[in-house]
Amino acid sequence: MLLIEDLKVEVGDKVILTRIDLEIGMGETHMLFGPNGSGKTSLLMTIMGYPQYKVTKGKIFFKGVDITDLPINERAGLGIGISYQRPPTINGLKIRQMIQICAGDEAEVEDLARRVNFVDFLERDVNAGFSGGEIKRSELLQLMAQAPDLMLFDEPESGVDLENIALVGKTIASLLQKDGDPLEGEQKSKMQLKRERTKMGLIITHTGYILDYVTADKGQVLYDGKLSCISNPREILTCVGESGYEECVRCMA
Amino acid sequence: MHGIDELKERASKVRNKKAALGPDINLDEFEKALVPHQYLADEDLCALPEDEQQRLVMAGLDLTKKERSGTFFQKDTTVVHCDTKQEDIQVMPIRRALEEHEWIREYYWKLVQVDMDKYTAAAELDLHDGYVIRALPGSKSIYPIQACLYLDKEGLQQTVHNIIIAEEGSELHIITGCSTSPHLKRGVHVGISEFFVKKNAKLSFTMIHNWAEDMLVRPRSVARVEAGGLFLNNYICMKPVRSIQMYPVTHLMGEDSVTRFYSIIVGSPGSEYDVGGRIFLKKPGCRAEIITRAISNGGKIIARGHLIGEQPGIKAHLECRGLILNGGTIQAIPELEGHVEGVEMSHEAAVGKIAQEEISYLMSRGLSEDEATSTIVRGFLSVDIPGLPAQLKAEIDRTIEASDKDVM
Repeated sequence: MLLIEDLKVEVGDKVILTRIDLEIGMGETHMLFGPNGSGKTSLLMTIMGYPQYKVTKGKIFFKGVDITDLPINERAGLGIGISYQRPPTINGLKIRQMIQICAGDEAEVEDLARRVNFVDFLERDVNAGFSGGEIKRSELLQLMAQAPDLMLFDEPESGVDLENIALVGKTIASLLQKDGDPLEGEQKSKMQLKRERTKMGLIITHTGYILDYVTADKGQVLYDGKLSCISNPREILTCVGESGYEECVRCMA
Repeated sequence: MHGIDELKERASKVRNKKAALGPDINLDEFEKALVPHQYLADEDLCALPEDEQQRLVMAGLDLTKKERSGTFFQKDTTVVHCDTKQEDIQVMPIRRALEEHEWIREYYWKLVQVDMDKYTAAAELDLHDGYVIRALPGSKSIYPIQACLYLDKEGLQQTVHNIIIAEEGSELHIITGCSTSPHLKRGVHVGISEFFVKKNAKLSFTMIHNWAEDMLVRPRSVARVEAGGLFLNNYICMKPVRSIQMYPVTHLMGEDSVTRFYSIIVGSPGSEYDVGGRIFLKKPGCRAEIITRAISNGGKIIARGHLIGEQPGIKAHLECRGLILNGGTIQAIPELEGHVEGVEMSHEAAVGKIAQEEISYLMSRGLSEDEATSTIVRGFLSVDIPGLPAQLKAEIDRTIEASDKDVM
């Protein structure tokens, strides 16, 4: 599980996150809401270990290990993965090679790619000239190969057309073991499947569309660098829709 | 014989003429006398000392000759191996061609000016040998032809002249490696190359330089491409060299002729590279592309490019990307010259470092920082070359892969 305690994060000299406490238990998925610039992406990058996000106070634990000062790849090695909103282009590196990197070489690349309708992109350079939807499918494909235990999704539905939103949603559900194993599904009860679920997710969403495909255990609102509300994600969405994020500030007070 | 005397006379006059670019070399300091070597039979090639074989393989030579349609191998001043498996592709030493074939005179010094500088002069006055590779009309090389120019004798000035002819409708692929024996430190290589790509012919020429730290290298080459012809000119240099200066020129003479120059240069400390490409687009429908990837590891790299559009409806692009990894300099000098309305010409040049964002991205997929960096560098150096046979692409990738350790 992921445990964040009283975290304070600075970029340059600017404080961007303060007093963050967050706990994602085994098998849980959390939705992260918040207006633009509230620090949602910064929180994900801090969990992943991007060096420019300096933790000046507090700790991050994952699977009981203090990862606060671990480099990115060691966190990946422990089982943290991320689906980026705007990943960089890597010229000359093919998607096929990237998938092998993610999987640690032994990968059924074609099989995985087929699941996100991405076979035609295997010989393309990573992210070179990809549309918004293509980037999302590429990111999900990489996560499928990497199979981390905690997955961080940065706005997985942004820029995805209606045709592909279901594909993206279902793929995330499958990554987070929300769809049940088709082989075991018949023998096991839903409750049993849920209990055995180990994958954890933290999903940034603006629109909440993703909730149509992925059930979330909790919703969190990040406002002005502070986590201000923990509630049912649907409720948060309705509340923000009606009263705006300003309402969350009142919650905090 | 008048022509031959005239060449000698023109060359003599410029014996000491410095080149327009690059540090001057005092050629008097180097030996030019013939160095005899024994001819190597097929089995001798594979029995060369291990370290020597290694140097040759790095320069793209397949010593088993299995996947080659022909082989030319010159050691110092002497041709030690020369043969071809295909009747419709001729491979021969140029000295023999000059003695036996009148037709060679239609090509010899017809593109490169013999009195351009002291190096072209040296090639006429002190010619050792070199190769003639000619694909007869309509022929197709099943495997590439390989040519290797090898220096073994310390302090030698190796002087060669090569002529490559792709006759009408033929398809010819050549991989040429230049290398030195493991013990050699200092030497000069002067190489003249003249390329004739006739109507609708296709020629790919992939040159791999694998020199020594104190080698001075002065290639001079010019190509002429007729209507519908394609000339791919690939250059890879990832090993140290004291100084190399070359500015190969291509004249696109016929309609819809195409040329592409791809260069991959890794600059080691103490090495100086002044490498360019100049392309004249002289007929409508001509296309040209110059693409350079340069990495400096402490070396000095000048990457020149010059496109000259003389007719409407031509298209030309120049691209130079440089990475400074461990010091050194990269200077990109792109030039575009449009002489009429209706030309379409562009260039882009960028010199920088590896983006931290890209390293972090790959680290989040599980690679260490070093692994991520080398993955990005390998990707940077891997350019897709349209029209290049998969096998040659694999050779290039292998060269890059093998040099990877040195780059990092």
